Amino acid sequence: MQKISFALLVALVFSPVAMGDQTQSVLDILQKSFTQAGQAGMERLQQDPTQQLCSAGAASGLSDDDATKILAMNEALVKPPADGNYFGDWKRGQAIAQLGTGLQSSDDPAKPAGGNCYACHQMAESEIAYGTIGPSLLHYGKLRGSSQPIIDYTWRVLYNAKSYFACTHMPRFGSQGILDEQQLRDVMSYLLDPSSPVNQ
Amino acid sequence: MRQRLWQFISGAALAMASLTLGAQQPEDPVAEYRELFGEDNPAELWEQRGAGLWGEPRGPNNVPLSSCDFGFGPGVIEGVYARLPRYFADTARVEDLESRLVTCMTTIQGFDRETVLRSRFGDGDKKSDLEALTAYIVAQSRGHTVDIKLQHPAEKAAYDTGKAMFFYRAGPHDFSCASCHGEPGKRIRLQSLPGLLEKKDAQFAFTTWPSYRVSQGEFRTLEWRLADCLRQQRLPQLGYGSPAAVALVMFMAVNANGGKMDAPNLKR
Repeated sequence: MQKISFALLVALVFSPVAMGDQTQSVLDILQKSFTQAGQAGMERLQQDPTQQLCSAGAASGLSDDDATKILAMNEALVKPPADGNYFGDWKRGQAIAQLGTGLQSSDDPAKPAGGNCYACHQMAESEIAYGTIGPSLLHYGKLRGSSQPIIDYTWRVLYNAKSYFACTHMPRFGSQGILDEQQLRDVMSYLLDPSSPVNQ
Repeated sequence: MRQRLWQFISGAALAMASLTLGAQQPEDPVAEYRELFGEDNPAELWEQRGAGLWGEPRGPNNVPLSSCDFGFGPGVIEGVYARLPRYFADTARVEDLESRLVTCMTTIQGFDRETVLRSRFGDGDKKSDLEALTAYIVAQSRGHTVDIKLQHPAEKAAYDTGKAMFFYRAGPHDFSCASCHGEPGKRIRLQSLPGLLEKKDAQFAFTTWPSYRVSQGEFRTLEWRLADCLRQQRLPQLGYGSPAAVALVMFMAVNANGGKMDAPNLKR
């Protein structure tokens, strides 16, 4: 009896460690296999807790507990715009939605990153070169209006989509510092401004 | 032959320009080039150069590569690409074709490893011997069935690492291979993406690399493709022939088991 409970204790204590070990050995292999290049430093190989849970979840199914944990961790990172103003210029937002460069080892770190929205989303009807990994955002504002809850929701998804959809493919543009506040405002306008091509 | 191929290259560049402007058909962007130029593939220029390099005495030791062993005996190249990566006792590691070529160029011909790796990818007039040799050897597997058995524990370990890497999200954008290649039928802009967990797509992807990339006017290998994917994932530089690179090749190759090699191929 005592032996059994000891075995159980060992299993309980070591199972999370074993999982950590596996992540550790993959990280060891990555660290031996990659070298720093341009602005892409070796620290990028390290996962944060969200990335760790989402990787494990993608391989073997995400538990409800982990999904809740991820949503909470990321909700805590969402910041509303400092001056309370959620909107900018849809024309600049369009350029950000089109631009695919930024933060790659080959990119100039002095230039602002793009949002590359069109890589994954349909947006304006006139742009036919759009990807299909994310949902279509055609007529985004026209279909949803621009009530405060829609504004808050849209800001939150742009700022940190993993606060709303636990392990979405969408990058956390605000909390990871990919786009700054003004760029996010511009993309907000591209999505919600009635005169934006997205809503024509 | 050579002249026709170079006509193809300049013609294809024009076709590329008009296709980019038109951008109507995401399904098979290479179809238009095939219509114009038939089945000619400029990768044959790399294959021909590779055939010459294969038999030529080279390097500080002034010997040919013909004793290079890809796992089926010295000098055997017929069908080997369809059976790599595999474990090699002499280096005590799993190697894909590209890393095995580096091994042979350094151990047999006496080339300096760093020098070989510096010119791993060609660019315009700067030609890569590794790419030419890869083109030649891969072509000897055309029509062969991909058949990776994972017999050695190190081969199994490489597959497991490759699989873990496929789902490994990291970097400022949280991307992993699965972000783009986890599901079939998706696109980035107009570029169709193979879903590498699905047999049909995995077979298509693995059996059509290396390829001549029309948009770049260059022959590109699978290691080039992987390193460029990881650059777009915002990660640091993937080492050519590194354990992580070989692990990813192993994961792709095993998923493609049963597919028929059709490379060097032609891609946008």
